[in-house]
Amino acid sequence: MEPSIPLRIAYAFASLAVITVYGLLLIGSMARISAKVQGRVGQPVWQPFIDIVKSSGKRNSISHGVMFWLGPVFRLAGGVGTYMFVPAVLGSVVFQNFSMSGDLLLVMYFIFFGQLGMALGASEGGHPYSAIGVSRGLAQMTAFEVPFALSIISIAVQYGTLDITKIVMAQQGGFLNWTLFTNPLAVVAAMIAFLGMSGHNPFSVVIAPQEIPIGPPTEYQSNLLGMLQTNRAVFNGAKLVLYMNLFFGGATNVPVMVVKTFLIYFVNIFVGQAFPRFRTDQAIRFFLGVPTLIGIAAVVLFAF
Amino acid sequence: MSDIKFTRALADPDHALKPAGRPGPLGKPLVLANDGLPEEEKAWFCDAYPTASGPYKGILENFLNWARSKSLWILGFGTGCGAIELRPLMTSRFDMYRFGIQPRPTPRQSSVFVIGGYASVKTLKRIVRSYEQMMGPKFVVALGSCTINGGMYWDSYNTINAIEHYIPVDVYIAGCMPRPEALLAGFKELQRKIRRGECEGAVKYAENFEWYKANQKKVIHDWNMPDYNY
Ligand code: SF4
Repeated sequence: MEPSIPLRIAYAFASLAVITVYGLLLIGSMARISAKVQGRVGQPVWQPFIDIVKSSGKRNSISHGVMFWLGPVFRLAGGVGTYMFVPAVLGSVVFQNFSMSGDLLLVMYFIFFGQLGMALGASEGGHPYSAIGVSRGLAQMTAFEVPFALSIISIAVQYGTLDITKIVMAQQGGFLNWTLFTNPLAVVAAMIAFLGMSGHNPFSVVIAPQEIPIGPPTEYQSNLLGMLQTNRAVFNGAKLVLYMNLFFGGATNVPVMVVKTFLIYFVNIFVGQAFPRFRTDQAIRFFLGVPTLIGIAAVVLFAF
Repeated sequence: MSDIKFTRALADPDHALKPAGRPGPLGKPLVLANDGLPEEEKAWFCDAYPTASGPYKGILENFLNWARSKSLWILGFGTGCGAIELRPLMTSRFDMYRFGIQPRPTPRQSSVFVIGGYASVKTLKRIVRSYEQMMGPKFVVALGSCTINGGMYWDSYNTINAIEHYIPVDVYIAGCMPRPEALLAGFKELQRKIRRGECEGAVKYAENFEWYKANQKKVIHDWNMPDYNY
């Protein structure tokens, strides 16, 4: 039976709350794991929560205009939008979100909508480092989008649909049905794009914590920063859930979802702890090289 | 207010040459002006006094103070030679992250300003600008004897002696230079003070704005920036 509209909205909020908490814990635990790799104790797993409380509890804040204020709002809308149209847990009433109302193209649009909104807002701040961060971010985004889009095209051709729920359904019944095994080239291309999307090493030059102060959000503070930090968790969660659905067979219950998304995110840390950072031009050349070729191969393989 | 008297600038009010339109001696009301700036730039900057928000009391504030003490973001701005001792804190040997301390490169987002030793007049200008751009509540940790009384730069022609005449300081860490362990102890002390609700430097700065501004202008002669850098 279809739940009523108020109930579905309540479920959506519950689902969003769960993914926010999970996303924050994920960020915290990954920071902790990185610290262990570096031989440190590392920050507590719940540090992201404290940071958000601290940022939101600041007593004054400044604004540079309407667009500046709207930047984080767009970013949050991008994160929430991405998550809301992906079924987090297949067949669950609470976690299926509004996945039947939107398809893959809408989700892809939401992924980049947030980035563009943020770029507009950050530019309004007028700080030169924001502008440098934005240009780096957009350049890198344009580059990693090529293998990502090719991989999406490939699986759209493979499954003959853009409906995420149908794509997950097609992967049920044993792990050999996962896209990982039926279309490995597309998964490789998309996972490399994922590294760029997450902004960990070697693609961390956008945020560049020391050289270009914190990248686009240089001027953001107080509750706007709190909003951006929350969005980071939601957006991370949304991307992970999307990847899990498209490539790793989705999840039919929450524990499976948690394990799979954790492992997908772990790829970032695994690569990030092993490789130093690319410059922007190197990152662009990298994405437009081998990953793009792999993406093209994945499309060609299934289109003909 | 501290009664340290040996800062030459304070002991000798005429030490600073006052350009036209500058505020009078200590205590006289100060007219907030952006008159060091070119005409077209004046509109870009804030023309208002800082307002004191707080101190607040209650359960919520106690909780927020706890969160503030557990999430100290250091403004990555090394001002003196003591700043070199900040770097080891990030390494696995000292690992400040486990206390919730991390570096943050922009004043807008950071909450702790570490004055890393002597401050030359030129640096003081940047210190003031950065401090004013931080969002309250903000905390200042001053390390090294140079920040307390001038240290070995006491009679230097170009460094200030007591940093607390220019911005409010919450915790001093003595030594020349203090070791990373001392820094960690200082940060722990700062956390305790924050939790007790004693770190209201931003309020102090706003309430005694004239005093601080007059002190700053006494040593910074080429004042080519707004009076209050919002
Ligand atoms: S106290 Fe010593 S180490 Fe610190 S800034 Fe002064 S001279 Fe340098």
